[in-house]
Amino acid sequence: MLEVKNLHARSEETEILRGIDLNIAAGEVHAIMGPNGSGKSTLAHVLAGREDYEVTEGKVLYCGKDLLDMEIEERAAEGVFMAYQYPVEIPGVSNKYFLKAAINSIRKHHEQPLISTAKFLQLLKEKLEWLEMDKGMMERSVNEGFSGGEKKRNEILQMAMLEPKLAVLDETDSGLDIDALKIVADGVNRLRSPDRAILVVTHYQRLLNYIVPDRVHVLAGGKIVRSGDRTLALELEQNGYAFLGAAAASAV
Amino acid sequence: MTETSLFQQEYVRIREQQLIETPQWAETFRQEAMNRFLTKGLPTTKDEEWRFTNITPLLRHPFRLPGYDSVSDSEVKGLVDQAVLNDQYDLHVFVNGWYSERWSRSAEVDSAPVFVSLAESIRGKNDSVGQRLIDRATDQESAFVSLNSAFLGDGACIQIPENTKLSRPIHLVFVSTADEPIASYPRNLISVGRNSEASIIETHVGSVDRDYFSNSVTDVVLGESAELQHHKLQQEQTNALHVATMRVHQRANSSFQSHYFALGGSLSRNEIECVLNGEEIECTLNGLYMPSGKQLMDCRTKIDHAQPNCRSYELYKGILDDQAKGVFNGKIYVHPHAQKTNAMQSNQAILLSDDAIIDTKPQLEIYADDVRCTHGATVGELDEESLYYLRSRGIPRELARKILIFAFANDVVQGLSEPAVRKRLESLLLSDHGLPVL
Ligand SMILES: Nc1ncnc2c1ncn2[C@@H]1O[C@H](COP(=O)(O)OP(=O)(O)OP(=O)(O)O)[C@@H](O)[C@H]1O
Ligand SMILES: [Mg+2]
Repeated sequence: MLEVKNLHARSEETEILRGIDLNIAAGEVHAIMGPNGSGKSTLAHVLAGREDYEVTEGKVLYCGKDLLDMEIEERAAEGVFMAYQYPVEIPGVSNKYFLKAAINSIRKHHEQPLISTAKFLQLLKEKLEWLEMDKGMMERSVNEGFSGGEKKRNEILQMAMLEPKLAVLDETDSGLDIDALKIVADGVNRLRSPDRAILVVTHYQRLLNYIVPDRVHVLAGGKIVRSGDRTLALELEQNGYAFLGAAAASAV
Repeated sequence: MTETSLFQQEYVRIREQQLIETPQWAETFRQEAMNRFLTKGLPTTKDEEWRFTNITPLLRHPFRLPGYDSVSDSEVKGLVDQAVLNDQYDLHVFVNGWYSERWSRSAEVDSAPVFVSLAESIRGKNDSVGQRLIDRATDQESAFVSLNSAFLGDGACIQIPENTKLSRPIHLVFVSTADEPIASYPRNLISVGRNSEASIIETHVGSVDRDYFSNSVTDVVLGESAELQHHKLQQEQTNALHVATMRVHQRANSSFQSHYFALGGSLSRNEIECVLNGEEIECTLNGLYMPSGKQLMDCRTKIDHAQPNCRSYELYKGILDDQAKGVFNGKIYVHPHAQKTNAMQSNQAILLSDDAIIDTKPQLEIYADDVRCTHGATVGELDEESLYYLRSRGIPRELARKILIFAFANDVVQGLSEPAVRKRLESLLLSDHGLPVL
C-alpha cells in the first residue's frame, strides 16, 4: 500500500530525511522507533503533505499512485491520515462542525452524497463510545483547552470517523494515562483490517503490547538503520539506542 | 449650503410644523443642544478623533426626520421578522426612530413595566427622565450627541428597580425604511437598579438600497452590584450611515458586558464610553467588525478607571476584505488613585485583501503606579498551522480558509450567554462565508 523509496527531505535549514526505504502492505502494522530528533515526525508530515518540507530525492507510492504529487487534502481524501504528535488547537470551530466538514469534503471528493445529520450524529455517538469520550467535548472548539491526553484521544476519534486506509500515528501514546492507552489502542485495533495499513511512531514498547506490529523499524539520523519483528522493540526497551553508537552520531 | 446648516434647516422645519409637541423643558433642551451642535459643527478629518472616518461629505444632502406615517407594513414586517431572535424575548420595535406598539410585544407582568417609550415619558411629563437628559448634557459631548439631543423624540426608557432579575432579555429593534433619505435619532435611557440583572439586545436593520442616517445615543447607569449584558447587532443596509454613542456609568461592584457586532452599513461609527466609578467593578467590551466592499467600520471605546480595584477586559476582532477600512481606537484612562486596576485590551485583525486597511490605536493613559494594564494589537493572516490541520483532514484549501475566518470571528460569538443571540450570529457568520450550517 505504501512504498517509500530513498526519500530525502529537508527543511529550509537542514536535511532531515536522508534516504528512507519503507514498504507497508495492506493489513500490516509497522512501528517506527528512534531517538528524539531523528526525523520520525518529519516522515509523518512529509507523507501528509506538509509544505514546510522539500522532498529533494526519492519517491512515495501510495496504492500505486505518486503520493508526493497530491495536494494535502487530496491525500486525506484518498485515505491517508496522520494523528499528530502535537494536535493543533482551533478556537472558534467546534469538533462537531470540523468532523462533519471533513467527512463531507471527503465524500465530495469521491462524488458521494453528503452525510445526513442523523447519520453523522449516530456515527459520532458510536465512535465516542469506543473511545469513552464525553459527547460534550464535540461542542467545544477543536482541541482548545483539551488536556494532552484528550487531544490524543481526539485524534483517534477523527481517525475512527474518517476511516482512512493508511493511518500514521505519531506518538499517540505519549500523554495518555494507563487506562486511556488501552482505550485508544482498542480504538486503533478496531480499525485494523486486511485493507488498512497502520504506521505507529512510538518511544515505548508498552503501546506495542496492545497494538502488535508486524515490523519494527529504527529511525536514526534520518535513515532506517534497523528493522525487525516485534522483538526488536523489546530489545530497544532493554538496551536503548546505544547500539547506534558513533554511526548515529555521525549521521545526525 | 454646508452640511451643518442642512441639519439646522431640518430642525427649523420640524419645529414649524410641530412634528413633535412637547413640554417646555424638552423644547429648551433641544434648542440648547442645537446651539452646541452649531458651535461645534460636524467633524472633519482634521479632528484627531475623526482622522480616518470622513463622514461629513456623506451628510451633504438633507436627511428628513420622518413622521409616524408613510411606511409600508409589509416592508416593516419583513425587517422585524429578520431581526426577531426568540419568541420569548420582550420585543420593542422602533420604526424610523418612533416607537411602534403595533410591532412590539412583551409578556404580561403584574409589576410596573420596566419599558416605556421615551416619547411617552416626555408626554407623560416624567420629570426624572427630563432631569436625567438635562444633567447629561455638556459642552464636551460630541457633535453627534448634540445632534441627537436636538432631535430628541423617541427611544427606549428601561428602568429596572432594585433587587430585580429580569427573566427574559429585552430586545430593541430599530427599523429604518422610507422612500426618501431619512434620519432617526433614537435616545435610549437604561438604568439597572442596585442588585438587579438584565440582558438587553439592540438590533439595527433597514430596507435595502435606501439612504438613511441613524444617530443613536444610549445612556446607561448601573447601580451597585447591578449586572447588564448588552448586545448590539448592527445590521444596517448597505447605504446606511450609522453613528452610535453609548455612555455607561457604573457604580461599585457592578458588572457590565458589551458585545458589539458590526455587520452592515456603508459607514458605521460606534463609540462606547464607560466610567467605572466605584470599587470592584467589572467591565467587558467585546466586539467584532467585518467590513467588506467599500465599507468603513469605526469602533471606539473608552474605559475610565476612576476608582481602585476594578477590572476591564476588552477584545475586538476585525475581518477586513476587499477595499474595506476598519478603525479601532481603545482608550484606557487610569486615574491617579485608581490603584490595583487590572485592564486588558486586545485588538486582532485579519486582512483578507491587499487593499483592505486597518487603523488600530490603543491609547493608554495611566496615572496610578500599582496597576496591571496590558494591550496588544495584531494584524495578520490566517494561521498556516490550522490551515494545514484542516486540509490534512480532507478539507479543501478554500473551504478551510473560510472555516478559519469563521472561527476567528466565532471566537467572540462563542462566549455569549444568550443562546438565541449566539445561534443567530453563528448562522449569520456561516452563511456570510457560504459555509454549511451544522
Ligand atoms: N520545519 C523545521 N525547520 C527546521 N528544523 C526542523 C523542522 N522540522 C523538524 N526539524 C528538525 O529536524 C529534526 C527531526 O525532527 P522530528 O520532529 O522529525 O524528530 P522526531 O524524530 O519526531 O523527534 P521526537 O522523538 O522528539 O518527536 C529535528 O532536529 C528538528 O529540530
Ligand atoms: Mg516527533
